Amino acid sequence: MALEVLDGGWLTTVQDLGRPGYERYGIPVSGAMDFFALRVANGLVGNPPGAAGLEITLVGPVLAATEPCLIAVTGADLTFQVDGREMPMWMSVFVRRGSVISFGGRRRGCRAYLAIAGGIEVPPILGSRSTYLPGRFGGLDGRSLQPGDRLPIGPVSGHLPEQAGRRSPPHLIPAWDDSPTVRVVPGPQDDHFIPEGLETFFRSEYQILPTSDRMGYRLEGLPVAHRRAEIISDGVPPGAVQIPPDGQPLVMMVDHQTTGGYPKIATVITADLPLLAQCVPGESRVRFRAVRVSEAQHAYREVMAALEQWERTGVG
Amino acid sequence: MALTFPRILPVGDAALVVEFGDRIDPEIHRQVLALAYALEREPFPGLRETVPTYRSLLIYYDPRQLLWDEARERVSDALERGTKIPLPEPRELDIPVVYGGEFGPDIGFVAAHNGLSEADVVRLHAGSVYTVYMLGFAPGFVYLGGLPEALATPRLRTPRPSVPAGSVGIAGLQTGIYGLSTPGGWQLIGRTPMPMLDLCRQPPTLLRPGDRVRFIPISVEEFAAWQRSDGAGSP
Repeated sequence: MALEVLDGGWLTTVQDLGRPGYERYGIPVSGAMDFFALRVANGLVGNPPGAAGLEITLVGPVLAATEPCLIAVTGADLTFQVDGREMPMWMSVFVRRGSVISFGGRRRGCRAYLAIAGGIEVPPILGSRSTYLPGRFGGLDGRSLQPGDRLPIGPVSGHLPEQAGRRSPPHLIPAWDDSPTVRVVPGPQDDHFIPEGLETFFRSEYQILPTSDRMGYRLEGLPVAHRRAEIISDGVPPGAVQIPPDGQPLVMMVDHQTTGGYPKIATVITADLPLLAQCVPGESRVRFRAVRVSEAQHAYREVMAALEQWERTGVG
Repeated sequence: MALTFPRILPVGDAALVVEFGDRIDPEIHRQVLALAYALEREPFPGLRETVPTYRSLLIYYDPRQLLWDEARERVSDALERGTKIPLPEPRELDIPVVYGGEFGPDIGFVAAHNGLSEADVVRLHAGSVYTVYMLGFAPGFVYLGGLPEALATPRLRTPRPSVPAGSVGIAGLQTGIYGLSTPGGWQLIGRTPMPMLDLCRQPPTLLRPGDRVRFIPISVEEFAAWQRSDGAGSP
């Protein structure tokens, strides 16, 4: 049972929910940039939340099903098609043997997620099947999909055609903004900036530069003025907003370096990381709004409670 | 601005950091390890992982189990415990290194920068005992403290696109070892055949924060012999 890769698309990688627990060894978490969309896709095809699927960036791949399979596509709208016919997203779809899965073109968002019943069963590395491109490990030999690859699929149970047509409840389909305002918790080094610097950061809009990737988003806008531009290197979480000496913010994403020496003005809240994941480098702009930790934690609890209730019961 | 340490700060909604000081210092680092050790021995429910660095400990927790106030409380308790329990004796490890030549292309620069011969660089570098301060930057990259001041050398002006795994480098007053092949800007003075990172091992790195490390100069032939006997374990 496998999916055969006819075309890898622009950047398609195997991702699950990442490999937490190894940051003290310098190993980043990796995993799906939009963890929410991957989990919904997995739920639609009856997989556990942490099953591995495909993260598809901007331009989709072309895949042939060597056996009948059940798939679901969530996240960015890249015009999902089976045998040249457009299919609904956020819904489980039965794919016949020999059918071809492809994508017609990007409409909105940056990253689509394809889950397949049984999950993609590449060998796990340190407990995860996520691809970490800079380290060349995880996923499919640590790289993105190439023509000729075969993606092994885990065993499935039940009659697949009967499981098709399952839809996500509307409240689990996020309404993104192409240029969102994301919430951040100020600090831990907000005291390294002069008041005007903090004001600039929270009042301006920043362009997401084309060089942005899974390691980090490079932003451009009004420079943020420091009091001190360096710290002694310390731990950096996903979502950390570092300000290097030139004052242009860098937002750390899932493949980020685990330690760094630039002051961190703020940290993007977990609930809003998917919004950032769907921003398009070179096109989207972003603004930051400060919230208290308690607000951030309640937002996360709410998002996860809704997701998990649906995962558990199938009811939104 | 005078700060009182240790201080506990929120880092987003799923982590907090305990800062023990604002300089690189063995005593400050000992406090970082003491807290990490206290949390390892008695983790609180919802604790996910800790990342020890030079002067602070980053602590990840599950915001569905603990809110920030509660997490701060648990960490304060652990801080108190950490000052009372003795740290385990540090492990001592010898790391074989081929100095100079193609294995350490910047050794001549490091020597010239400090008015030394290449032999002096080897003697000084291999004559010190280092402490592992932290792992970071890239998988398995080891930051070591204890470099003799006579060897301090600034980073390369332009980083190399690829530095081989096992390379031993100098950046300012630090020395370090590359865990896997990555781009890098440290001055390379040698390379070890010992795999620093093995993704099939638990834990995946040979060295851990707090370890004491000594470098043992070896020949190119010994390097090759090492690789034949142990090369299978590298990633």
